Amino acid sequence: MSGGAAGAFAALVRRDLLLAWRRRGDRLVPLAFFVMVTALFPLGVSPERAVLATLAPGVVWVGAVLATLLGMDTLFRSDLEDGTLEQMLLSPLPAPVLVLAKVLAHWLVTGLPLVLAGPVLAGALHLPAPAQPVLVAGLLLGTPALSLVGAVGASLTVGLRRGGMLLPVLLLPLYVPVLTFGSGAVAAAAAGLPAAGHLYALGAILALAATLAPWAAAAGLRISVA
Amino acid sequence: MLFRGLDLAVGPGELLLVEGPNGAGKTTLLRVLCGLREPEAGEVRWAGLPLRRAGAAFRASVVYVGHAPGLKDDLTALENLAVAAALGGRAPAIDPREALARVGLGERAHVRAGALSAGQRRRLGLARLLVRPAPLWVLDEPLSAVDRAGAALVAELLRDHLGAGGLAVVTSHAPLGVPEDRVRALRLGAAAAAEAAA
Repeated sequence: MSGGAAGAFAALVRRDLLLAWRRRGDRLVPLAFFVMVTALFPLGVSPERAVLATLAPGVVWVGAVLATLLGMDTLFRSDLEDGTLEQMLLSPLPAPVLVLAKVLAHWLVTGLPLVLAGPVLAGALHLPAPAQPVLVAGLLLGTPALSLVGAVGASLTVGLRRGGMLLPVLLLPLYVPVLTFGSGAVAAAAAGLPAAGHLYALGAILALAATLAPWAAAAGLRISVA
Repeated sequence: MLFRGLDLAVGPGELLLVEGPNGAGKTTLLRVLCGLREPEAGEVRWAGLPLRRAGAAFRASVVYVGHAPGLKDDLTALENLAVAAALGGRAPAIDPREALARVGLGERAHVRAGALSAGQRRRLGLARLLVRPAPLWVLDEPLSAVDRAGAALVAELLRDHLGAGGLAVVTSHAPLGVPEDRVRALRLGAAAAAEAAA
């Protein structure tokens, strides 16, 4: 990466973190949503310890997927409205690098809090302690992949007025692999089985998403801006 | 169909003034010229190369100040300008503070863009032209919302730019204050009117 691209990457990450900090109330919504969705299961299904321990891997992961989805539509929307998106695309620097900067900032603000909150919520659902590190590892690999894939969807729907309604329908099927390997890893670890295979698969998905999604999202943005 | 049969070239030191009634396609033409939009037919070339092939070299040569200000309301004037400069990929030509002083926002450097008036936001958008020097300026209604002093500033910026061999494509409903011999006018809307009559 040339010096100019690295500088612009850093400047965009800093800008988006600063913007998130100045609107920090808004940014807490996905985290609050995550906490509430997981809290619904003891209330709605059963407060039994054994039932909850069985459900915990899936519940925490479904909660993380839905919480990521909730914040996804905002990724490019304000940039499109205020014209900073077209300025980004007119930059001589490669658009995928700039897209990656935005996704990184977005993940730091919405994904990382989910990774940190995951084990706390899983503990409240009586997930066995040995499965906790696997949950954290899975979320660390899986949530950035969710953000990257989400950016592709968001790039395509940002130009649509009702894009926010379409986006979940577009993205949920694409989130299924991350969800199955993520919750599969935790379930395996909770049952005392090796979880490495699931985590490797998550790592592969993340590597694939990190290489392809920025290009796809940049192309999507060009279409949306035109 | 907004326009057809356009064939024109703009050279160093020339300003192309795009005129026409509302809806004639002035903004669309500007967006086509800076590569944000593909023309339905035909081609735009920069230094002999089609835009798509010229790629990053073209984008390094153009600054677009459009209808949307390209500003983040929650960032200060200075922060906004620093990001714009970083997106240029090179060190800013002049210090962003100096650019703000030049456009008359020296005192407003640490005010959030959202708290600036419409005219001041316009000036902040124009400050991009100073921190990111480029031979081609594409300006969509640079005089909207600015006061008399702002219009004089736009005229001065354009004169300096053209004098240094720069190119500009500008839409405006008000006189730009640029020497007549540098200006070529393109009137849009005639084709659309003829089509409607036919």
